[in-house]
Amino acid sequence: MQEDSLDSDADRRSFLTRLSVGLAGLIGAAISLPPIGYVLSPLVRKPPRKWREVGSLEQFTVGETKLVEFQDATSTPWAGDTATTGAWLRRTGQSEFIAFSVNCRHLGCPVRWVSDAKLFMCPCHGGVYYQDGEVAAGPPPEALARYPVRVVDGKVEIETSPIPLTTNDLV
Amino acid sequence: MNAIKRILGWLDDRSGFSDVVLPMLRHVVPDDARWWYVFGSATLCAFMVQVISGIALATTYVPGGEAAYQSLLYITHEAPLGNLLRGMHYYGATAMVVLAIVHMTQVFLHAAYKYPRELNWMSGVVLLFVVLGMSFTGQLLRWDANGVWSVTVAAEMAGRAPVVGPAIAHAILGGETVGGSTLTRFFAIHVFVLPGLIFAGIGLHLWLVLRHGISEMPKPDQPVEPATYKEDYEGRLKKTGVPFWPIAAWRDTVFSVAVMALIVGCALVFGPPALGTSPDPSDINANPMPDWYFWWYFAILSMLPPELETYVILGLPVVGLLGLIFIPIWSNKGNRSPSKRPWAVGTVVFGFTALVVLTIYGYKKPWSPDFGVEPLPQALVGSRDPAIVHGAELVHQKGCMYCHDVDGFGGHRGPELSDIGHRLNRAELIIRINNGGYNMPSFAASLTAAELADMVAFLETRTTSSPKMESDATGTVAP
Repeated sequence: MQEDSLDSDADRRSFLTRLSVGLAGLIGAAISLPPIGYVLSPLVRKPPRKWREVGSLEQFTVGETKLVEFQDATSTPWAGDTATTGAWLRRTGQSEFIAFSVNCRHLGCPVRWVSDAKLFMCPCHGGVYYQDGEVAAGPPPEALARYPVRVVDGKVEIETSPIPLTTNDLV
Repeated sequence: MNAIKRILGWLDDRSGFSDVVLPMLRHVVPDDARWWYVFGSATLCAFMVQVISGIALATTYVPGGEAAYQSLLYITHEAPLGNLLRGMHYYGATAMVVLAIVHMTQVFLHAAYKYPRELNWMSGVVLLFVVLGMSFTGQLLRWDANGVWSVTVAAEMAGRAPVVGPAIAHAILGGETVGGSTLTRFFAIHVFVLPGLIFAGIGLHLWLVLRHGISEMPKPDQPVEPATYKEDYEGRLKKTGVPFWPIAAWRDTVFSVAVMALIVGCALVFGPPALGTSPDPSDINANPMPDWYFWWYFAILSMLPPELETYVILGLPVVGLLGLIFIPIWSNKGNRSPSKRPWAVGTVVFGFTALVVLTIYGYKKPWSPDFGVEPLPQALVGSRDPAIVHGAELVHQKGCMYCHDVDGFGGHRGPELSDIGHRLNRAELIIRINNGGYNMPSFAASLTAAELADMVAFLETRTTSSPKMESDATGTVAP
């Protein structure tokens, strides 16, 4: 009799312990899952790509490389300047253009076009690229990324794109 | 008077101040723990500066898009005391990083991390990394062009991680590009997440100090023996220990006052770090640079062979964190005295030498093109020959001098050209310029034959590293 009651007491305690721990876990999940989803939402909500006009055809000379600016696809109303992206636009023919991302493929710093030397140079760790974007010197592992570019009704348009990431091809 | 006494007595009784807090303050500490032991409390003092000045700045700072920059300009140039507060927050951060490292170095040299204080050390290492996280996110909140590009660099580094890299990068940016959702993330991390971790970490750290007591100064004849350590420590403390408050604490107070004076003094004299240009990601004239405590890492990333880079970017922080955390697991007993631990002393000497050298390198950035280089003065060209004069102009204009130094003018990425005329002959110069070489672009496409000839003519005159006389240059030219 005495032993039975001790047993059931222990059972009761272990049940209540498990109940409380389980319920606390539930509360924890309810508190933390929505914020985690909220913070990670940019990963699943991809903005639609948009074509942005960067100037009319006659503004660009064949063989020249010029800095153009355009608005990102996701523009929060308060973003202001920070939603602007730059690109190095090179006119290669009558209606052919190459739009290079300004981001160095080493660690993303902005490359500068040095027109006399016909080179892109990066101020951070000394990456250098030729006018076609191929690596000329320094640590960059890849050529400059390119944005899609087209000419519509005499206007040059660039398609918004994510910042080019140099990803890991080791694995 | 009596009423006040009664109220205080009531508060004391109900709160338990005399029963619980006073004994903690008066806990017995070794009497030889003198000036060596002031760095931890000074780090805490610097942290308090950060909390208070940070709250004040947060009342004005607008953590969003373009407005952040405007609010920073307001804080710096218009708000009463704004300049001082920004300065205190900056030098407070500097003090916190420096003091945390000094504190850790002292604990390491004296092996205070050994039994039973392993967890004190581990919590301290985690705190150090959180503090570095604070300084990095704080630098970003100074939302100028440098801030924007620092986020980009951080995202690019994270993007190198296998499989999940791009996801982490986009989580950092709050999207696929820098924009309105980027800064707010770092603001939340900087003012809520990391400070919360620091408060929790300091709580644990201090609790452990009370639980295990402050270590004594290391003595060569007193190695740590876990089986008997606690008993021996208690015994020695009974004989020679002193109450922390106020016998030991006054040194902490005095040192912290000196640290405070330095923080406020620097804020008044030097002011906060200057704001760069506005945070416009299309502004390509930015010259991104981390704050000085990361220059060593900046230097490592520049000088590594590219094939090792991904491993170092991803591995160094992890290996650094784990390596430091596991030190007391690897060695938690035996000698504490530096005189019996040559490897420990060597590690500290090597570590600090590397840190100083890399920091200087990070500041000088010899691997970066020098975009601001001036044209060569006529006296240095040392010739009136039109071809040579033109060649000297071209060496500047075509960007050669961004990377090559000519008698003190130019960058340091490539070899100095002051005596290139000695090292390479005409044919070799032409081949080198046309084809490029290791880490040098080919210039064949950007030079005409005439330009190349003038440039080579000039380079052939560079035969000593001092300015040449006019007469001997003109005669030797073969245009």
